[in-house]
Amino acid sequence: MPRVAIDVLLKREILDPQGRALERALPGLGHGEAADVRIGKHIELDLEVAEGELEATVEAMADDFLTNPVIETYTWRTITTDERADANS
Amino acid sequence: MRVGVITFPGSLDDHDARVAAAAGGGEGVALWHGDDDLSGVDAVVLPGGFSYGDYLRTGAIAQHAPIMAAVRDFAADGGPVLGICNGFQILCEAGLLPGALLRNIGLRFVSRPTFLTVERRDTPFTRGFDHAGPFSVPVKSGEGCYHADDATLDALEADGRVVFRYVEADNPNGSARDIAGICNAAGNVVGLMPHPEHAVDPALAGGDDFLPMFTGLVGAVSAAPATAPA
Repeated sequence: MPRVAIDVLLKREILDPQGRALERALPGLGHGEAADVRIGKHIELDLEVAEGELEATVEAMADDFLTNPVIETYTWRTITTDERADANS
Repeated sequence: MRVGVITFPGSLDDHDARVAAAAGGGEGVALWHGDDDLSGVDAVVLPGGFSYGDYLRTGAIAQHAPIMAAVRDFAADGGPVLGICNGFQILCEAGLLPGALLRNIGLRFVSRPTFLTVERRDTPFTRGFDHAGPFSVPVKSGEGCYHADDATLDALEADGRVVFRYVEADNPNGSARDIAGICNAAGNVVGLMPHPEHAVDPALAGGDDFLPMFTGLVGAVSAAPATAPA
């Protein structure tokens, strides 16, 4: 069963006040100068679907529910177990 | 004149909205998110709160609740629909109103009185306002920053669909063009971030500047009975 990772960010033209707050905090915490900090969501799920329908299924799910196209944009990919964001836990 | 107020899991202000409907001379009717119909009400309110814990995005899950199909049909038939705070967020997620609500620009939850101008007075929810204003109403939200792209904002302004605006220098959340509330093209679906249902009783801190929203609504529905069968 494929595992899908979906990364969601606010569109570039939309101010991300969380990202800006971190951008301002990082130098003061000794972590160097950071620029263009954006905070989003990382969603992972196993998807039971016929092989030829994976792309259409993921995009429908993302467009209709997982993201709001008025304010957000996303990318997605299939990942292996080692590529899970929680692989080292 | 029956005003249906939908309770979603996590709604907070459903009771106050029913009380406000009664203060305006109507009857507040409790509706449930899992219902398939609107029990023949004359108007619908989507109340404030944190439906489904604001999981995913504010309003994102509530817009798929079973009752929302009936709300879409009711709105399409010209029925009066009001979204307050989380209800406004739900209407935007549902595509019944344009745009979206983002985190407040200051990142803080804001709970304080605001002053609004009522810029459009021929909707069922604003026909009762009978002086220039501004009108005092509490806001209490963490994600109240109204956003739409410039073309949408220009169209809203040109079509007279900005219904409520924060007075100059009183914008609590960074909303584009100080917009506090908007309506759909037909004017029967209205959403706003502040809480009119908390401003209908002169004995309470919220005052009663927004009582005309509910008295006007009762008058609107009495004057123009719904054509759809109850």
